[in-house]
Amino acid sequence: MDNWTFGITMVVVGMGGTLLTLWILSVIMSVLKKAFPLKKEGEGK
Amino acid sequence: MLEAIGSGLYGLVAGFTNLHWSNPIMIIVGLCLLYLGIKKDFEPLLLVPIGFGCILVNIPLAGLMEEEGFLKIIYDAGIITELFPLLIFVGIGAMTDFGPLLENPKIFLLGAAGQFGIFLTLALALALGFTKLEAVSIGIIGACDGPTAIYVTSKYAPHLLGAVSVAAYSYMSLVPVIQPPIMRLFTSKEERLINMGTVKKSVSKTTKIVFPLVVTVIGGLIAPKGLPLLGTIMLGNLMKECGVVSRLAKASENEIANIVTLLLGISIGATMDGKVFLTPQTLIILGLGFLAICLDTACGVMFGKLMKVVTGGKVNPLIGAAGISAYPMSARVVQKEGQKYDKKNFLLMHAMGANTGGQVGSVMAAAVMLSVLKGMGVI
Repeated sequence: MDNWTFGITMVVVGMGGTLLTLWILSVIMSVLKKAFPLKKEGEGK
Repeated sequence: MLEAIGSGLYGLVAGFTNLHWSNPIMIIVGLCLLYLGIKKDFEPLLLVPIGFGCILVNIPLAGLMEEEGFLKIIYDAGIITELFPLLIFVGIGAMTDFGPLLENPKIFLLGAAGQFGIFLTLALALALGFTKLEAVSIGIIGACDGPTAIYVTSKYAPHLLGAVSVAAYSYMSLVPVIQPPIMRLFTSKEERLINMGTVKKSVSKTTKIVFPLVVTVIGGLIAPKGLPLLGTIMLGNLMKECGVVSRLAKASENEIANIVTLLLGISIGATMDGKVFLTPQTLIILGLGFLAICLDTACGVMFGKLMKVVTGGKVNPLIGAAGISAYPMSARVVQKEGQKYDKKNFLLMHAMGANTGGQVGSVMAAAVMLSVLKGMGVI
């Protein structure tokens, strides 16, 4: 693979992959916050 | 008899006669690093052992980096095996509070934008004639994360380790100098005045415990080659948040991190032998590393502007600059910059969220990069 193809692939897939992964994690975190709300835990105590 | 005395005397001056022209220069570089660490308080925990290691390795005939030399033993044990950066990561995880990030998960995206400089610099390094794996190691300086840079470079371009790690740690310590002009360049006064309000404490302990487990499993499945980095930082964080192994968490963030930082620093310094380090290539790497951090900051701020538009003006673009991994320094820079325009604008906790997002983002970017390289058959 030539350097040009490699560079473009890394920029596109690397930046896109990082953004996509962190977006997935942010969605999961939002779900987690709803699944385990702070109020409910407080009431449990 | 006289011949023996002459030989004995020669032994006492052999260090001087074997000095390469580059050795005195590197001893001065080591002294400069010590000065920055001791006098200017720039990352002293690292710059002091790195500076001293640099001095040690540039004294000829001591053989410290030859087989059975004590620096070589430390280097082989912790850098070649990638053990030191990973142990540091356990400590970082144990020190980091992801609470502000969990309060507003959308801010996680700023942690991704703050890594774009890695990939742009990688492309530039390729254009300047570096090999693929060298370009990867140079780009990773943009993670603004010393252990990640060391992990990747020691694995794929160990001959660049000295230059890359010095660049990574030096620029991390210079974040308060590098970032503000770029933040001002890409934002208007109105944007800098946006008040994001206070951060409500709405995250349960269960969420904080589940978070490192989810990141490890999901992140590991997406980018398995980076699992050592991701797994160790999340292990440290799990130990902190679960609250039942506080002795281990405290040991990770104190004793273990301190010992490993010392050994890591001195062995990085030991890679700075003048004959290898003083090349035009090193200067180019330092320049590219600087550019990477500037690009990270610019991309983070621009993404912050995009989030401002999407949220109808609720996000202050300045917090985008904290999407890098220099924690918590970058968040403090954002707070300071915001308060220059409005003393009552407290951006710190929002910036902390972006900053911890940047920590995970830098590790994730490295993990994605390694997995893409594996996928393309480069490694």
